[in-house]
This record gives sequence, structure tokens and C-alpha cells, in this order.
Amino acid sequence: MSKEMKDRAQESDNLLEISDLHVQYNTDDAVVHALNGLSLKVKKGAKMGLVGETGAGKTTLALSVLRLLPAGVGEITEGSIIYDGDDLLKQPESFMLGLRGEKISMIFQDPMTSLNPTHTVGDQILEVLDLHFHEMPKEEKNRKVDEILTLVGIPPARKNEFPHQFSGGMKQRIVIAMALVAEPELLLADEPTTALDVTIQAQILELMRDLKEKYNSAVILITHDLGVVAQFCDSVAVVYGGRVVEYGTVEQIYERDKNHPYTAGLFNCIPDLSVKTERLTPIEGRMADPRIVAQGCCFAERCGHCMEICKSKAPSAYEEEGHGILCHLFTTKEGA
Amino acid sequence: MFVKKSKKSLSEYSTGELVMFRFRKNKLAMFGVILLSIIVITILLAPLISSYDAVVEMNMADRFQSPSAKYLFGTDEFGRDLFARILYGGRISMFASLAVIGIAFVIGAIMGGAAGYLGGRVDTILMRAVDVLMAVPSVLLAMAIITALGNGVWKLIIALAVSQVARFARTVRASVLTLRNVEYVEAARCFGASSLKIILKHILPNGIGPIIVSATITLGQTILSISSMGYLGLGVASPTPEWGTIISENKMNIGTYPYLGLIPGICICLAVMAVNFIGDGLRDAFDPKTKN
Amino acid sequence: MSWLKYTLKRLLMLIPVIICVTFILYVILSFAPGNVAWQILGEDATEEQIAQLEAEMGLDQPLLVRYGKYMLGVCHLDFGTSWFGGEDIAKLFLGRLPFTLLVAVLSILFAVAIGCPLGIGSAIRQYSLMDYGVSFVAMLLTSMPAFWLGTMCQIFFCLTLKWLPVSGVGTWKHYVLPSIILGANTLASMIRMSRTSLLDVIRQDYIRTARAKGASEWKVIMHHAMRNSLIPIVTQIGITFAGVIAGAVVTENIFAIPGVGVLLINAVKARDVPIVMGTVIFVTIIVGIINLVVDIVCALIDPRIDFAS
Repeated sequence: MSKEMKDRAQESDNLLEISDLHVQYNTDDAVVHALNGLSLKVKKGAKMGLVGETGAGKTTLALSVLRLLPAGVGEITEGSIIYDGDDLLKQPESFMLGLRGEKISMIFQDPMTSLNPTHTVGDQILEVLDLHFHEMPKEEKNRKVDEILTLVGIPPARKNEFPHQFSGGMKQRIVIAMALVAEPELLLADEPTTALDVTIQAQILELMRDLKEKYNSAVILITHDLGVVAQFCDSVAVVYGGRVVEYGTVEQIYERDKNHPYTAGLFNCIPDLSVKTERLTPIEGRMADPRIVAQGCCFAERCGHCMEICKSKAPSAYEEEGHGILCHLFTTKEGA
Repeated sequence: MFVKKSKKSLSEYSTGELVMFRFRKNKLAMFGVILLSIIVITILLAPLISSYDAVVEMNMADRFQSPSAKYLFGTDEFGRDLFARILYGGRISMFASLAVIGIAFVIGAIMGGAAGYLGGRVDTILMRAVDVLMAVPSVLLAMAIITALGNGVWKLIIALAVSQVARFARTVRASVLTLRNVEYVEAARCFGASSLKIILKHILPNGIGPIIVSATITLGQTILSISSMGYLGLGVASPTPEWGTIISENKMNIGTYPYLGLIPGICICLAVMAVNFIGDGLRDAFDPKTKN
Repeated sequence: MSWLKYTLKRLLMLIPVIICVTFILYVILSFAPGNVAWQILGEDATEEQIAQLEAEMGLDQPLLVRYGKYMLGVCHLDFGTSWFGGEDIAKLFLGRLPFTLLVAVLSILFAVAIGCPLGIGSAIRQYSLMDYGVSFVAMLLTSMPAFWLGTMCQIFFCLTLKWLPVSGVGTWKHYVLPSIILGANTLASMIRMSRTSLLDVIRQDYIRTARAKGASEWKVIMHHAMRNSLIPIVTQIGITFAGVIAGAVVTENIFAIPGVGVLLINAVKARDVPIVMGTVIFVTIIVGIINLVVDIVCALIDPRIDFAS
């Protein structure tokens, strides 16, 4: 990588810059288009929420950043992922090996299956240090493992136990410990609380917030839960049909002053306790068939405000103080 | 404009349609179907192709004739037409294998179905019996039964069928058990559907997958077992032709006349392989998750 | 010590199974038609001679009484004597067993040593030319009757090329071909099993976790996938063992190895009931013990298996 690029990246203080990312899954039955030109910027130390319904492409995005899409099936066809000045899609595998786990780490959705059943939890955390810190003396590594286990609330004495001896919430703590032990610059948390019940959920979020403060990592929190985002994040990107349809700070989006129709629809699905409503308003229709790439706006079929232009032309971003909405409603209004 | 939807969404297919769809896309499985069809049709049409006389008729003048237009697969040491022997031998091999699977399946399905559906003491007793039967290697069990019954096609069929019953009973019971408490079966029970109706309408169509797969894979093994028994002299006895018996009776002459061993062996291989390809294809079609 | 307790418990559980197996076999074999005494004594025997021999053999007593006597003998490790040769069954069997076990163990070693690397290799290089090739070979080996493969190889390697002795036992060369032929089927199942098993493990979430940690592909496979995929492979070896013993009947017959298989097949043909009975019981016990060993090995590999339960 050139020094200029590095400097430019530092100037722009964007840790991660994804532009026009296209990812498809080539399965036996069909080609599934998971990401269709997704763009996203994450600042250093930011806490970004990535919101969208199941199948919107959130996990695909996280796996693309780590270049861990299922081999032979998942394929990045277009776009770039610039991390700290380096285009990850152009780097050799050896570069990615050094990045994964040390600079960028990931918390996976299901703690029940994310841990290797035949290795002790201590070994699994220690492995991260073994892989990336060859010079670190053995005692220090062990001390770090004990320290991170204490931080996530697991008695270090239990590090010689196997995953099946822990409860779901504890397993997720171990997964978090594993993701944070190397003090990464970027943490991709893929629905870290979805598989857990609500009380544990709050504890885990609290824990992640504390750890984030301690290590000052940037966090991308992937979730379908707008409430979790409001609790944890300072910026939000809403994903639909493999594209970011709206982005901005939590305030800008949760004000509900200007929203993408899809985001508005998501808000309508949350019960508002201050107003008496008989029924919630769901978003009509189903998620678009991912085997077919829409020529226009991907939300057009389900949108209540759909216009002629929506069906033929993909909207560009309408931006106002860093709050972006990809919708013709806003761009045409401004343009006219 | 939106691209016109040309395909149905995957969720719009029924389970059966999906299975057929996946099965047809599997090239090896389709190859197996074609191969097996050719074998079965040829065998069924045997009387039209060659008379049974050619199978047993000795013709010392034409001993050890290499394959030619007159004798497609050549002749053996007694001048018998190998092609005719393999044709009619195939009828016995294939028929006996199907009979074994059929009998084992019916008894196993009744045992396993009763154990799984009725549960309780019936289940305990039947499954203990199955455990005991499974403790004995099936070939040895079959040999013990042959010791008691003696040689012959039907005796061999019974011996092999009995030795396979336990396996089928287990498969059927497992299918029934997983489906017995599935919501839609409970729903049907709440509507007051009879046990028989529940079994026929809900359990059978949904649980049949693993049973069909297991039957197909066992069929391949049974073809091998029957010919092995024939080779060992415990099954179909010469001069009645059977694929294993044919190899056994030509054993001494294969060194000089390799076609006597190669041709019947390849026939067994092809038949078993066709069945195995179909079995693998069915397994992948019924449960695409296990597909590798 | 928990595994010792577990082993003892499992061995004790084997006893009722063996009792049931012997009973079922005894009932089945009592259907053997024909007059045994007449078969033994030959066609010239008089009625008195036959009656006398039947009384000596206890054949005139009811089935349950005979079974009780037989089991009483079994408790003293007395499995009776051969009807036609008069040898002691236990001695006969134990004299034959080493040959069968040697060939069986060699064949399994051969199958594991060749099959596992091939299966693992084709799983790692899934959809490659090598993967298709290996899968095809496995399919071919499962579809080939062992007696045919054995006969053809014997003719080609022993009679035509004269590389190996045709039959019998003696030197190590005698065991090469029988072990390979007996192992051919196991080889196929080892290839398929290790391939499927590794592919299955590679798909698991914890493998993705390991990759996300920055482990190289080699480390992921060797350190994380191998141990987990070993569990079904070990189970498969156990299952195969019963099949290998059964397959020994065919292989020993082709290569004239004086093992249990030849003993059994000759007894079946001569309808020497005590030999068939004794052999099947012995083999059942051996297979039961092998299964026990397999379960213990699995528990050593997989920490989720607890001996206490």
C-alpha cells in the first residue's frame, strides 16, 4: 500500500469504507443476489448499527469484510472494501490472516454453535493470541486470557471447561471475550443478542458497551432490533434488499422527521406505548425475490409512495448533514 | 420495469415436487435410472431375446467360444451361451433382491411402525428384539438361517430378508417417532382423525424419505449378498443361472478365458452401481442439507 | 476410573443380549431338517443305533431342556462338540480365530491408512478433479462384489503375474491380497465417511469462528476440523468391523485361509449345527466388544460424551 493512500485514509478518518459492493451466492438452484451495490462508511471508534430484516444481507456484509463468504458459493462480483487505506478485495490471503482476529474480529449470531465443542474455552481464547502475538510470553498470554474472562464475567478458573458445560449467555460472553482479547480496531457483532433472552440481552449489551469504552474499538452492530440500536449505537445504516437505503446518526433517524419509507415502515412495526393503537401497521408484501435484481428501487414493490420512476431507476442518495436517504421521494422533491 | 418473474419461488413447490426436481437435476442419479432401466427391461424381455433352452443346453462342439455375433458373451466349458445365462441369471438375481427388500420392508415397517406409533411396552419389547437381532452381523444370521432351512432361492430370500428386518424396523420407527409429535400430526389428532388416517395421510408421506433411501441402499447390498451366497454355494445352485453362481462355476477357466469372469462381474457391478447412484440421488433429494 | 466402571457396565449389558442371541439361534437351528443321527451314522445304520445316538446327543429331549443344558455348558465355556468331526467347538474356533483377526485387522489398517487421507483430501479439494476421481473409485469399490474382485485379482496377480502366492498361509506375502480384497469395501466406506464427515464439520459455525480468528486453512483443518470429524469416522470403523468379519467368509474361501470364515461356511454346508451356533455366538461377542472399544475411543475424543450417563 502506498503512503499517500494511508495518509488519505487517516485524513478522512474513515476506518472502513465500503462502496458499491455486489455479492452473490451461486447455489445449485439459483443465483441469489445478496448485496446489490451496498455502500457504507464507518468512522474510527464509531458505534454503528446495521438494521434490516432477515435476508437483507447484513451477515453477508460482515462476512465480505472478513472475506469469509462460503467458498465456492459466495462471490464478490463488484465494489471495494477499503479498510484503513487498503482495499481488502485486492489483498492476498496472508494479509487477511493477519487482519482477521487481530484488527477485525467478529461475534457470530449463535453462541451455541460458534464454539468448538472439542476444545476448552480457555484454549479457544488463547488461540487468538497464539495466532497473532508470537513474541508475547506464554505467561502474559495466560494472564490476558484470565483478564478478559474476568472482564466478561466468567471465573477464570473455568477456562479448562468445554463449551457444553456453559449456558447460552455464558457462551456468548466467551465468544465476546474471544473477539476482544486481541483488542481489535473493528468489531463486527452479528446479532450478538438475538439467540439470548431479554435479561441476558441487556447484560451483554452493557458488557459490550463497557468493553468498547475500554478498548475504543469501532463496532458494527448487526441487528433487526431498532430498540437495541437506540440503546447502543450512535449512527445507523438501514439495509434493504442488499443496499443501504438510509444512514445517519441515531438522532437523525429516530426523530422520524425524514425517513425512507422502509425505515418508516420499520418504526410502524414497533408498538408505541404512549398512543393507544388497535393494531400495528406491518410493511405490506414480502421481501423481494433475491434471485432477481430490481432495475429500480428495491423497495418499490412494497412501497406506499411508489412512483413511475421508482420502478425504472435506482435512486441516488439525498443527503442532509450526513443523513442520507436513497429514495426518489426526496431527490425529486429537491430536484424539482 | 421489473424483470418478469419466470420461476416459482421455492416455497411454492410441494415437498414431493421439490424432491423430484432435485432428483432430476442430479446427473449421476439420472444416469443410474437410465442404466437400471436398461438392465431391468433387458431382463424382463429375456424370453423374447433368447429361449430358456439356451441357458441349460450343453453344446460340447461350441465350448469356450469367445464373444462373437453368434454368442454375444461367448460360451462356457459346456458350450452354454453365456449371454442367455446372464440374462436369465439376472432375472433371478434381481427378482430375489427385490423380494428380500420387499419382505424385509413389510415386516420391518409393521414392527417399526407399531413400536413407534404405539410406544410404551410394545415399543420396548419390539426394540429389544431389534437390538438382539442387530447384535448379530447380518451375514452370519443369514447363514444360520440357511443352515436350518437348506439351499434354494426362496430359502435364501427368507434368510436375507430376516437378517435385514431389524434395520428396516429401526429406520421406520425413527421416522415415525420424529413425526408422531410434529404439530400437524397433533393438529390432525385434535380434529379427531383416526390413527390409521393419521398414519396414511400424515406420517407416511412425510416420513417415507429416509425409508426409501435406506431401502434403495440396502437393495444394492442385497444384490451383492445374493451373488456372494451363490458364489459360496449357499444360494442358487448350478445349473440354474445366477450372477454369482455363473462366476463360481467358471472359476477354473477364468484364467484362460477372462471373459467368463469379466462379463458377469461387470454386470453385477453395473446393476449395483445403478442402484447406488439412485440411492445417493434420493438421499440428496430428500435431504439437501446432507448433500456434499 | 469412570471409564472402567462404564466398561464393566457395558460388558454386563452384553450378557442378556448374548443369552437372547443364543436362544434365537438355538430355536432357528432346531429347525434344521433331516435326521442328524442318520446323517452322522450313514445310510446303513439300524433303527436302534439311531435311537441310541439320539439319546446320547440328547436330541430326544424337548427344545427348552436342550437349550438349558447348552447354556449350562456355555457358562463353563463348553460350546459342545462338532457333530461330524467331534472336535471341541471352543478349541476349534480359537484355533481359527488368529488367521481371521490378522486379516481383518490388516484390512482395516489398509482401509484407514488409504481411505482417510483420500477422503480428507477430496473434502478439502471439493469439486476438484481429484474429488470426483476419488468419489468414483469409492463408488466402484462399493459396487464390486468382493468374491469377484478377489477371484480376478487372484488370477491376475497370482496366476498370471506370479507376484504373490495363490492361496494358503505361511509368509507375509500370503496375507497381502486377502487383506486388500477384504479391505476394499471398508476402504470405500472410509473414503465416503471421512469425506462426508469433514465436509460436515467444515460447514459448522465454529469453523467459521476459527477462520475469523485468523487461523490459516491448514490450521483450521488440522486443529479444529480433524478432531471433530474423527468421531463419526471411528464409529464407522466399529460398524465396519462386523461387516469385515462377515466378509472374511468370502475372502478366506477364495484364498484358502484356514480362518473362522472357512470353518463357518463348511459347517453351514455340512449343517454342523454346533459349529454354526458356536461361531456365530463368538463373533457376536467379539463384535460387541469392538463396539464397546469404539464407544470408549469416541468418548476420549469428544468431551461432550459423559461416561456417567
